[in-house]
Amino acid sequence: MQLSDDDFKLFELPRRFALDEAELDTRRRALQAQVHPDRFAADGSAAQRLATQWAMRVNAGYRRLKDPLSRAAYLCELHGQPVDVERNTAMPAEFLIQQMQWRESLEESSTAAEVRALEAAVTQQQSLMLARLATLLDHDNDHAAAAAQLRALMFVSRFRQDIDRSLDRLDPQR
Amino acid sequence: MALLQISEPGQAPDPHQRRIAVGIDLGTTHSLVASVRHGLAECLPDAQGRVLLPSAVRYLKDGGREIGHSAFDAQSEDAENTLVSVKRLMGRKLADLGDHHKLPYQFVDAAGMVAVQTRAGNKTAVEVSAEILATLRQRAEDSFDDELFGAVITVPAYFDDAQRQATKDAAQLAGLNVLRLISEPTAAAVAYGLDQGSEGLYAVYDLGGGTFDISLLRLTQGVFEVVATGGDAALGGDDIDQALADWALASLALEADLSAGDKRAALVAARQCKQALSDHPQATWQAMIAGQPHRVQLSRVQLEALAKPWIDKTLTVVRQVLRDAKLKREEVQGVVMVGGSTRMPLVRTAVGELFAQPVLTNLNPDEVVALGAAIQANALAGNAKDGDLLLLDVIALSLGLETMGGLVERVIERNSSIPVAKAQDFTTYQDGQTAMAIHVVQGERDLVSECRSLARFELRGFPPMAAGAARIRVTFEVDADGLLSVTARELGSGVEAAVEVKPSYGLGDDQIAQMLKDGFSHAEADMAARALREAQVDAQRMVLATRAALAADAALLSSEEQTELLRLVDDAEQAARGQDASAIEAFVKTLAEGSEAFAAARMNQGIRQALAGRRIEEV
Repeated sequence: MQLSDDDFKLFELPRRFALDEAELDTRRRALQAQVHPDRFAADGSAAQRLATQWAMRVNAGYRRLKDPLSRAAYLCELHGQPVDVERNTAMPAEFLIQQMQWRESLEESSTAAEVRALEAAVTQQQSLMLARLATLLDHDNDHAAAAAQLRALMFVSRFRQDIDRSLDRLDPQR
Repeated sequence: MALLQISEPGQAPDPHQRRIAVGIDLGTTHSLVASVRHGLAECLPDAQGRVLLPSAVRYLKDGGREIGHSAFDAQSEDAENTLVSVKRLMGRKLADLGDHHKLPYQFVDAAGMVAVQTRAGNKTAVEVSAEILATLRQRAEDSFDDELFGAVITVPAYFDDAQRQATKDAAQLAGLNVLRLISEPTAAAVAYGLDQGSEGLYAVYDLGGGTFDISLLRLTQGVFEVVATGGDAALGGDDIDQALADWALASLALEADLSAGDKRAALVAARQCKQALSDHPQATWQAMIAGQPHRVQLSRVQLEALAKPWIDKTLTVVRQVLRDAKLKREEVQGVVMVGGSTRMPLVRTAVGELFAQPVLTNLNPDEVVALGAAIQANALAGNAKDGDLLLLDVIALSLGLETMGGLVERVIERNSSIPVAKAQDFTTYQDGQTAMAIHVVQGERDLVSECRSLARFELRGFPPMAAGAARIRVTFEVDADGLLSVTARELGSGVEAAVEVKPSYGLGDDQIAQMLKDGFSHAEADMAARALREAQVDAQRMVLATRAALAADAALLSSEEQTELLRLVDDAEQAARGQDASAIEAFVKTLAEGSEAFAAARMNQGIRQALAGRRIEEV
């Protein structure tokens, strides 16, 4: 096993989108218990430096696997279909219309209640899209289509941040 | 052939039975040192039996200094030369301070950080803190009649890189080996968690003299994991004192022409009054102003009205941190109160209401941080038998780089687990550009001007290319202490930066040397002697650790590899007996390189066993 192994190998988890989060958390704790620099505090600075490299690697892998979108992007990359948001803007066509409708809705909302209603609709759509992503990855093995679906989900994620900012303004006490 | 030391299973062949390690709470108002003795963490008292050391240093006419209680008692009479609450100045410049004219000090900017003018010259927060740390170190060494292996020093979770580095610099000046910097809320959770013995999600609300932290932690089988943290490094009991003092002076029409002594007297009186109101419904503010005694009565209700804006600010931060963690208040099983300011009934009630549960106050809010730090120090020194304690912390403030237009491009988001490494690629703006200036900042704002500037450096000498063709990879690494190091490399040519990292704050080596020459009271004045001692200690630790590793896992190496490694170990041990620091460092480096593959193999093995062992448990 190397520092350069892929995350699934490092955590000894199956290379697929479906993931037991509790299991990931437990394995991360087990790994950190072995590699965290605190375990080597009495062994000199060189040992701590090496341990720090490993602890960083474990944390990076954990972060990547924990978040569904980054996990999906990682899987696409491992299968030769990097998501490449900067250069590739291809998304499912029907989604582009949805994007515009949501944007308008948010701009026209003037109360927290209106924004919350929009948030509920977006959340529901997001769940459906995630389910579709899981099927594309784990059932259809279609990583090109998964990458497109992922770009759409990244938009939804960014849009939810805009919703949060809107709610911060309209309802600061929440 | 050298003899392999074989030790008992589960024990390292360490000649010392126990290493003396301490935890230090370097607080705004007072500081403490604690250690684990006979399996229990306890605060170490001074000769008079007091565990609290007021964080006060007074510079005297004869060039000497007073540290602690005697300095604290003199703060009104010698206000300008008695420095208190310097934690609020750590890693800061003059421009960062708010209403500094209300304090009795003359401030100047010096060496990239703010200093106070005293009769003994300009004093930075680093030097003052070093005096306090050295006093505590002395106290610990006297208690044990032995040298310290090292210390864990606590810092507010919300301290940024500049403030943390300043704390480490102060420890270096005081001759302390810092095992780790840990966050104050995390330390408190350790003290409570092991005390309560239960797993779950905890909130730690830490309101001290000058800083506020709120941390959400998950405790699972000895692993303390910070889920999210937030705070305000310039909010604390001192602000409530100031508000009370302002009110008292205003109600007595005394605001004009106050001397330094008057300002300090007003604040001292405010604090005494505030503390009295925690136990009584009425109290009196009384102070000598301009040579005349003055007094005014106030009720707890009035104090609470004055304090409310500050408390409300803390509650806003608490709500934000819950959102960051994507957790609801109901999920929090216990709320721990830390810091002297949490003695205020208003604070306990307000926080209790927010979390809809009574807050936990069973441990002394003044001591709990030091006790937790001592428990951690004990574990790091290798004394803890079960050795299961593990602190997984996060970085509290985002890190980023300046990009075109004075904007911040975030590279590491706040609440990322540490240690963490992240790289970001940039490119050139103009054709033929062969250099790039990199400005590293910390904070949550979008404009560089509103964030903390950490360092600037230049990457020079990469080949000229068309604009947009170069690929410059900037790598951020944050270690377990929350401290940042940055490197940059032009990927095509491989040119690496490190030309000149100019920290925007902080002390260079020559500045530290100067401070030591200026007669810092407890430190070893000779930098060379200290460097030698540090090199020897580092070498000895590595020698011991490598021998222990060989004793445990020689099977991972061939017999030639074992012999070769033992030779390197012997060479390093031999060098450590000598007096040449750079020779020792060279042998340590060789040993480190020679044992890296072995160390990686052991790490690998440990991981496989840990994951496999867990799966066996599941069956």
